[in-house]
Amino acid sequence: MNWKALTADHLTEIKSIVATGRVLTDESDRYSYSFDGSFGTFLPDVVIQTKSVQELAALVKLANREKIPVYPRGQSTSLSGGPLPVKGGMVFDLSVMNDVLEIHEEDLVAVVSPGVLTAEIHKAAEQKGLMYPPDPSSSHVSTIGGNLAENSGGPRGLKYGVTKDYVIGLEVITPEGEIIQTGGRTVKNVTGYDLTKLIVGSEGTLGIITKAVLRLIPKPQQTATLMAIFDSLVDAGSAISKILSSGILPSKMELLDQASMTAVEQYEPLGLPVDAAALILIELDGHPLALREEAQQAAELSRAVGAREVRIAKDKKEEAELWRARKLVSPAIVRIKPTKISEDATVPRSKIPEMCERLQAIRERYGIHLVVFGHAGDGNLHPNIICDKSDPDEMRRVEQAVAEIFKAAVELGGTLSGEHGIGTMKAPFMEMELGACGLDMMKRIKQAWDPNQIMNPGKIFPEPGQKLELS
Amino acid sequence: MEPTRQALREELLYDKTNKCVQCGYCLPVCPTYTTFGKETHSPRGRINLVKMVGEGRISDLSVLEEPFDLCLGCRACETACPTGVEYGAILEATRAAIVRRKRFTVPVRLLRKAMLKKVFPSRKLMNLAGHSMWLYEKSGLQTALRRSGVAEKLPYNLGAFEAIVPRAVSPGERGSAAAHVRSRKEKKYTVAFFTGCIMDAMFHRINRLSIQLLAEAGCDVLVVPNQTCCGALHAHAGEMEEARELAKRNIEAFEASQADFVVNNAGGCGAMLVEYGHLLAEDDAWRERAAAFSAKSRDISQILAECGVPQLAPRANERVTYQRSCHMTNVQKVTREPVELIKSIPGIQYIEMEQAEMCCGSAGIYNIVHYDASMQILDEKMKQAKKTDASVIITTNPGCLLQMKLGVEREGLSGSVRVLHLVEYLAEAAGITASSDK
Ligand SMILES: Cc1cc2nc3c(=O)[nH]c(=O)nc-3n(C[C@H](O)[C@H](O)[C@H](O)COP(=O)(O)OP(=O)(O)OC[C@H]3O[C@@H](n4cnc5c(N)ncnc54)[C@H](O)[C@@H]3O)c2cc1C
Ligand code: SF4
Ligand code: SF4
Repeated sequence: MNWKALTADHLTEIKSIVATGRVLTDESDRYSYSFDGSFGTFLPDVVIQTKSVQELAALVKLANREKIPVYPRGQSTSLSGGPLPVKGGMVFDLSVMNDVLEIHEEDLVAVVSPGVLTAEIHKAAEQKGLMYPPDPSSSHVSTIGGNLAENSGGPRGLKYGVTKDYVIGLEVITPEGEIIQTGGRTVKNVTGYDLTKLIVGSEGTLGIITKAVLRLIPKPQQTATLMAIFDSLVDAGSAISKILSSGILPSKMELLDQASMTAVEQYEPLGLPVDAAALILIELDGHPLALREEAQQAAELSRAVGAREVRIAKDKKEEAELWRARKLVSPAIVRIKPTKISEDATVPRSKIPEMCERLQAIRERYGIHLVVFGHAGDGNLHPNIICDKSDPDEMRRVEQAVAEIFKAAVELGGTLSGEHGIGTMKAPFMEMELGACGLDMMKRIKQAWDPNQIMNPGKIFPEPGQKLELS
Repeated sequence: MEPTRQALREELLYDKTNKCVQCGYCLPVCPTYTTFGKETHSPRGRINLVKMVGEGRISDLSVLEEPFDLCLGCRACETACPTGVEYGAILEATRAAIVRRKRFTVPVRLLRKAMLKKVFPSRKLMNLAGHSMWLYEKSGLQTALRRSGVAEKLPYNLGAFEAIVPRAVSPGERGSAAAHVRSRKEKKYTVAFFTGCIMDAMFHRINRLSIQLLAEAGCDVLVVPNQTCCGALHAHAGEMEEARELAKRNIEAFEASQADFVVNNAGGCGAMLVEYGHLLAEDDAWRERAAAFSAKSRDISQILAECGVPQLAPRANERVTYQRSCHMTNVQKVTREPVELIKSIPGIQYIEMEQAEMCCGSAGIYNIVHYDASMQILDEKMKQAKKTDASVIITTNPGCLLQMKLGVEREGLSGSVRVLHLVEYLAEAAGITASSDK
């Protein structure tokens, strides 16, 4: 592809289009929009902030005509390189579009603009006794637009699914600068191709989401939490499968391995059993009477497969204490070494114990600091590699280890990403999961939507010979 | 790596930026990001700019100037950060690096030098400032100025502040302040009182009330003679050497007192005092003395909450809200005690503001040098303050006190909302009056 560099004339035209927002070209501004939560720094030529859909559409028309790359951006918490302006061009800061947040109780839907923070949607829904289930750990910083583009999940994904399961309608600016509507406000809608689902998870490569209609559900009455402690990681894995096949559907099921527990204890002593191999945290939600029984049952099932101890929280305060361990894992592990590579390879639930074994083998083979935690209930483990990016030798071993992790996941019937998306980081592995034809079908869709390849180029699809590079 | 870049990395504390994983958890709590709406004014953005210099992608430090100039230094980002990035240290190092390379215009250079090196550290000059304020009020000049409209035309928008500066204390009274006040009941502690420069010049009355409250609560209070400015304004302006000098002078002065605690009533100064240990960590001769000094430093609310303020008379249904001092919250981590003290006053209704932790925009002399930016931040604060419908706004820092008064004035609420320092409010409830009130 031959993208064009931005010229002074383009800038003049951009400024004439953006009547209500800001056009940022200072070096300090451009550098501030050059990174995300992953790796790499790429300087955009210009950053645009506007709340006007018409202005954005006009800018996309200009970009399409002149073959200038365009990158939608929320709050740039992406862990896969999604919003990075890898080919230069224009970044659209959509976090400024945060004005619309309507809860329609009678339709059980929320209508939102893309810059609204996900946590704000949670709050607004809860005020009406409703719930918007997708809950990425970043929900208090990330935008709904970013969640939609990445198809974000979270701990509650186990019971409630991910973002795509709650989107019924979108307003989108196409890569050719047209404004279209997909889906609508009805829960049932089978008219034609499901473009809504196609856009969700497309990582900003098929268009810019400017409005979304989200499905809400009644808020469960209560929650219960328990922690089960195991002397073997494999037993913990079996407990997860056992509970899930027993007819109980927890709202969350999170796993911490020994390395994660040790890190947390060193960071803030919580009394975690650091001599144990793993612990799982289980949250149930529903009717109070049913909950009590289910919690007992889950505790017994855990003991039956070898849990050495099960703690059940008696009240909200104890619940929060148990969950604190999970909350602290991320901050705790980066105290060990500065660089954190957070992977989210996902396997079928039955393969969790096997995946755990493979990860242990990878840790030893490459002599790397690997901790495993994550949303074990849905098979979405987060193997995290803690390293130091200023050590090139270590980073090379890390690159190999990451590749092995993906290979293991795919071989076990799993996927490269459970929720963080492909971006730039996982593009080199796409063919491994999808096969050449599978990937080609996706490319053809992209070609049809975006003939000039201006919309968020460099993401999802690998360039010839592209490899994972961390150093 | 070439030696200059290595040196620059060390100067800017580049290694500390490596802890930032760019998660953005600090964005929602940062007042400049939420007000100005640009990543350039976010903690993550600012840290990234330092990273870019360290990595050799930015070579001209002037690119960092505006983003770091407009940072309030409130350090809310540090409290929110899950990985413990030491933003405050990065901020100070970066500002110092910028200042070192900067050629200020002659008048600005002279003014900086005069204010930072001569006025704040000088008890005499600060007293003089206090006296002139008093003279200015008493002479009728104030009324004349207000009537004439000249106030609005003062440089740096100083006119805006004219209406809110407190009633000054007469030179005679200022001179009569005792150096040693005995506990009014069985003695619990001997405390040395840190008077502060602005605090003493402009809020001398609050200092007097503080000393009386401490004595009522069971403390022998010493006012150590050779103390000086805490150095916070210098450190924030990037004048680190000057800040270290002042720290040493204070440590020396207070060591002599042998008090159990060094007590202050100004959130910003207190934050500086608890950081002397860090400030002098590299100095072999001073490291331990500084750490010992910092360990003894307390906000007045901590001592009063521990000792108990006697006999607070009930207030008739007053609605009270509390504007936290950022430095007290994020650096000293004193958050519980002021609220406890307010709530201990019978009859009041305490209402917490939404986004209580957000800075009011005062931030040292930020509201003077970045007046417009500061007012934007204040306007956001006032939206929340108004929602509480409070009749009293409590603060614990002179800067916040003035800023909130300005906010109340700007909103046209000065008839219905009082802004008081916590000490003033407690003294009022305890029936304590400073002699100047008579
Ligand atoms: C500490 C931490 C924890 C996290 N936890 C989770 C988690 O539990 N679950 C999870 O799924 N993710 C998680 N993430 C990843 C990240 O927060 C999500 O991917 C989030 O959805 C990104 O939102 P954002 O607003 O930051 O978008 P950005 O990072 O700015 O952008 C993400 C992608 O969306 C595109 N995009 C943004 N807005 C639009 C729009 N309006 N239209 C079209 N495309 C758009 C961008 O081009 C980019 O490709 C975590 C990240 C961090 C740092
Ligand atoms: S110190 Fe305050 S203003 Fe500065 S970056 Fe941190 S939160 Fe923002
Ligand atoms: S919260 Fe901390 S780690 Fe996250 S972006 Fe801010 S400074 Fe960096």
